Amino acid sequence: MIIEIKVPVVGETINEVTLAKWLKKDGDLVHRDEILCEFESEKATFELSAEQAGKLSVVATDKAVLKIGEVVARIDTSILPEEKKEESKRVDTKTEIPKTETTQPIPVLSVEKTETIVEKNYATGTPSPAAAKMIRESGVEINSGSGKSGRITKADILAAIKNPKHKPETQLETQNPKLETGFTKLGTRLERREQMSSLRKAVSKHLVTAKNQTAMLTTFNEVDMKPIMDIRNQFKDAFKEKHGVNLGFMSFFAKAVCNALQEFPAVNASLDGDEIIYHDYCDISIAVSTPKGLVVPVIRNAESLSMVEIEMKVAELAKKGRDNKLSLEEMTGGTFTISNGGVFGSLMSTPIINIPQVAILGMHKIQERPIALNGQVVIRPMMYLALSYDHRMIDGKESVTFLVRIKEQLENPSHLLFGQDPMKYLLDL
Amino acid sequence: MTQYDVAIIGSGPGGYVSAIRCAQLGFKTAVIEKYNTLGGTCLNVGCIPSKALLDSTEHYHNAKTTFQKHGIQLENLKVDFTQMIKRKNEVVKQTCDGVSFLMKKNKIDVLTGVGSFVNAKTISIQNDKGEKQEIEAKHIIIATGSKPASLPNIVIDKERIISSTEALALKEIPKEMIVIGGGVIGCEMASVYARIGTKVRIVEYLPNLIPTMDKDLSKELERVMRKLGVEMHLGFKVKEVMRVDNEVMVSAEDAEGKMHDWSADYCLMAVGRKPFTENLGLEKAGLKTDEKGRITVNENLQTSVENIYAIGDVVRGAMLAHKAEEEGVFVAEFLAGQKPHINYNLIPGVVYTWPEVAAVGNTEEELIKNKTPFKKGSFPFRASGRARASMDLDGFVKILAHAETDEILGVHMIGPRMADLIMEAVVAMEYRASAEDISRMSHPHPTFSEAFREACLAATENRALHI
Repeated sequence: MIIEIKVPVVGETINEVTLAKWLKKDGDLVHRDEILCEFESEKATFELSAEQAGKLSVVATDKAVLKIGEVVARIDTSILPEEKKEESKRVDTKTEIPKTETTQPIPVLSVEKTETIVEKNYATGTPSPAAAKMIRESGVEINSGSGKSGRITKADILAAIKNPKHKPETQLETQNPKLETGFTKLGTRLERREQMSSLRKAVSKHLVTAKNQTAMLTTFNEVDMKPIMDIRNQFKDAFKEKHGVNLGFMSFFAKAVCNALQEFPAVNASLDGDEIIYHDYCDISIAVSTPKGLVVPVIRNAESLSMVEIEMKVAELAKKGRDNKLSLEEMTGGTFTISNGGVFGSLMSTPIINIPQVAILGMHKIQERPIALNGQVVIRPMMYLALSYDHRMIDGKESVTFLVRIKEQLENPSHLLFGQDPMKYLLDL
Repeated sequence: MTQYDVAIIGSGPGGYVSAIRCAQLGFKTAVIEKYNTLGGTCLNVGCIPSKALLDSTEHYHNAKTTFQKHGIQLENLKVDFTQMIKRKNEVVKQTCDGVSFLMKKNKIDVLTGVGSFVNAKTISIQNDKGEKQEIEAKHIIIATGSKPASLPNIVIDKERIISSTEALALKEIPKEMIVIGGGVIGCEMASVYARIGTKVRIVEYLPNLIPTMDKDLSKELERVMRKLGVEMHLGFKVKEVMRVDNEVMVSAEDAEGKMHDWSADYCLMAVGRKPFTENLGLEKAGLKTDEKGRITVNENLQTSVENIYAIGDVVRGAMLAHKAEEEGVFVAEFLAGQKPHINYNLIPGVVYTWPEVAAVGNTEEELIKNKTPFKKGSFPFRASGRARASMDLDGFVKILAHAETDEILGVHMIGPRMADLIMEAVVAMEYRASAEDISRMSHPHPTFSEAFREACLAATENRALHI
């Protein structure tokens, strides 16, 4: 039987995709679930795998722009690949690596395991009883393991806990061996060349456009984080116990940002050609670093969410980001971005606007510094804030006041309630 | 008032195992037991004493029926029932002492007396001398178990109309015994007495013995029991049980509505067990029982009162010692912040008749009802070399596997030592093995376990090797 492989539905707003790269050639014998090609859409890349084993005949060419549902390839299921063939092909790719990656130190290649290829079945990903308990307790995300037919063993979880990036040497992995980065030998003069991933290409294009087509500049301020840290220390255990998520800084910042955005609608706007779109909602994009690169999932209607709901949403999106499970929907839109370079130790930065948005807030590392307070030198946990904004859209006064408003709220957390001094609010001053 | 991290009411297999696990996890733990010996129903009047009598009577039965064929001549073979009961008592005592030792070893306080709630955190314990003490505990686990149930209007007088408790401690071998209820307890006790000469009748309301198990097991067990000389009245509704002097008269109605009367010197009520919460003062802790007398718990075995848990026969689920043990460990680990899990579908059930009956997973009837596509394979012991050698030719192993994935969904076996062999099925199913997986594992020859593999071969694609 000949089956047609079509472009799958990837998200409501995505109508077409670009075929980034064929990983299999016309005429190749492919196994079920083997990756055939990579697609690129506006926001992300995804892979297409074979629904059945058989002989591949390629229909769409590299770089072709395809509509959802268009035929990409056909598979003749009457011609089945032999296990042995697959083995020898694997050996081929292995021996190919030194050719294309001549600079790769040999020892790294020897980490390759001898593997037998096992079909996925109903039990793939079934954890052993002990592994199941450890998964529940550790929260490790794991889809298949090193046991028979991809069952997850206790050893898989122990390894995953010890090294979160560790993937079990599952018998189901069909990718080429990961090439290790970093220096393995002293005094080496070797170097390597790698294709940019499609995601990285998309990100770089986006960023360069932002740099070139906006009038971007950055204003700075600093916040005394002591009040927020005090609140966090006081409530973090109770918060975690009641809500199951950590009380982080993001909810405070998101709350302060939403209040300030409502006061300064221009900062929450976006530009579409000569038109300005004002949003009566705050969809906050949060920049999350993932193994594949930076992604920016969105917290929708953040202005209407409680701090608990924000923390839960942040935790959910961050986890999905790390696991590469964010849907395109979750990464589309957004009216303002918060980027936290502080988690990596950045003390100050000038973030780039996530166009078509017009402003981005950069959070940074909290560091104890001596500051002058009421005529005294005191040591306080300080954070620099940076607001990059599109000067075409936002005036200096607005941007600076916006940032000051955020600072005020964070230094006087009671202001977070109404976006200003609660007493002034009550007295309508 | 002494303070504990965990107090457990009841020292049966649920309670004492939970106590040990609590102690292992560093909790200051107390066990409250109203009887002077630990171990609850299982050790004192359940699993252990019944197995002691089942083994003794099976030895006698073998000596009488198979020894001659084995080439062993015996003269004056007879039952010393007093000795049988005495040995059983010794087994029970040693086992209970073992639990006491385990409590000491784990530094668990054993508080003897009837425990009852004063409030959700305080328990008062009254011993048989009327002395009272109170303790306070952060967490309380109710593990009070169950008691034999009866039918409406039938009172167990414990002399002639007896429950399993008395049936394990009779002074004489009954001449005739009517067993009401053909479940696990009924079949086991019927076997004990039928083997040593009692004329036994089983009266069961449902149309099969061991009615909750796979029908094929019921049918084979009925055949085996008939061979043992047990008369079975299946689909009979008991109307009246009356004691006249040292006789018990039982009237029952058959499916057509015809009445039948029998008399016997003993009548054993084996119609199941009911949760036991008497004198526990549940209301003082703010707890209630459901319509079946069970304490309602959530998926973490937590009651409606946050710090009180309940496990074993007193909560939903099968009334099995090993289920209670799992739940005891679960609660202890849950209290320590761990995240354990119990796979209730994979708790095996065992009947210690001979041949033994054991099962785990879905029955054929359940799969049909759930519309799960399945295939089955079975292997009879009469085709097993090992069984022929030991003259245990009754029974079979039956495997139910998913029609498409070949995953084993249910294993039902009746045959020699099936109570032990069932563990192969439990392990396989915990790892979601397929029938073919088992077929491809080497099974030692000659063993009863080969029948399991052969049944898996039959289920995989009807390619058993030895039939």
